[in-house]
Amino acid sequence: MDIKAFYEKLRKIHEPKGYYFNKDLDLVYELLDSLINNKGLYDYMACPCRLACGDKEADKDIICPCEYREADVKEYGACFCGLYVSESLHEGEKVGEYVPERRPPEKIF
Amino acid sequence: MSETDNDRESCATIYSLSTCSHCRAAKRFLSECSVEYNFIDVDCLKGDERKAIVADIKKMNPRCSFPTIVINETVIVGFQEDEIKEALGL
Repeated sequence: MDIKAFYEKLRKIHEPKGYYFNKDLDLVYELLDSLINNKGLYDYMACPCRLACGDKEADKDIICPCEYREADVKEYGACFCGLYVSESLHEGEKVGEYVPERRPPEKIF
Repeated sequence: MSETDNDRESCATIYSLSTCSHCRAAKRFLSECSVEYNFIDVDCLKGDERKAIVADIKKMNPRCSFPTIVINETVIVGFQEDEIKEALGL
């Protein structure tokens, strides 16, 4: 998959919903590359910053965009891995901060 | 377990994922600080070895998030430069 085409495809889907790509393009491309790799490895795009177990049903909460993105972007301005940010962070009106993990630990094994 | 390019005793261990950008940033940061470190890419482990490491991480960091960094017995959750510097005495 061409990574720039993948970027544009996702941008068109998520920007209208208020989720922008991080301005750090090196980070974004690194994460998109990892998502593509995870698709090849697990057959689903598990968040690159979470420990996937290989069972799609068990990992459905961390398939990008993860179930925690909405709450994290709302509270911290970015999702856990930093791929998606809020409009205010994207526009530079707000500075990024550390995003703690919301995923319940019992789902990690 | 993967290690840096020699067997000298390290003061830092990074529990990481091979695909995680925060983990990569933490590894880069420690290298830039000339800190010897061990790292364990947990996603590359399987079976009992993986279960044991995950259990170890949960004891140190109950959220079991990545990276979990241990420096001189101080546990740092996530790539947080200021906390890493403090633990290293930099």
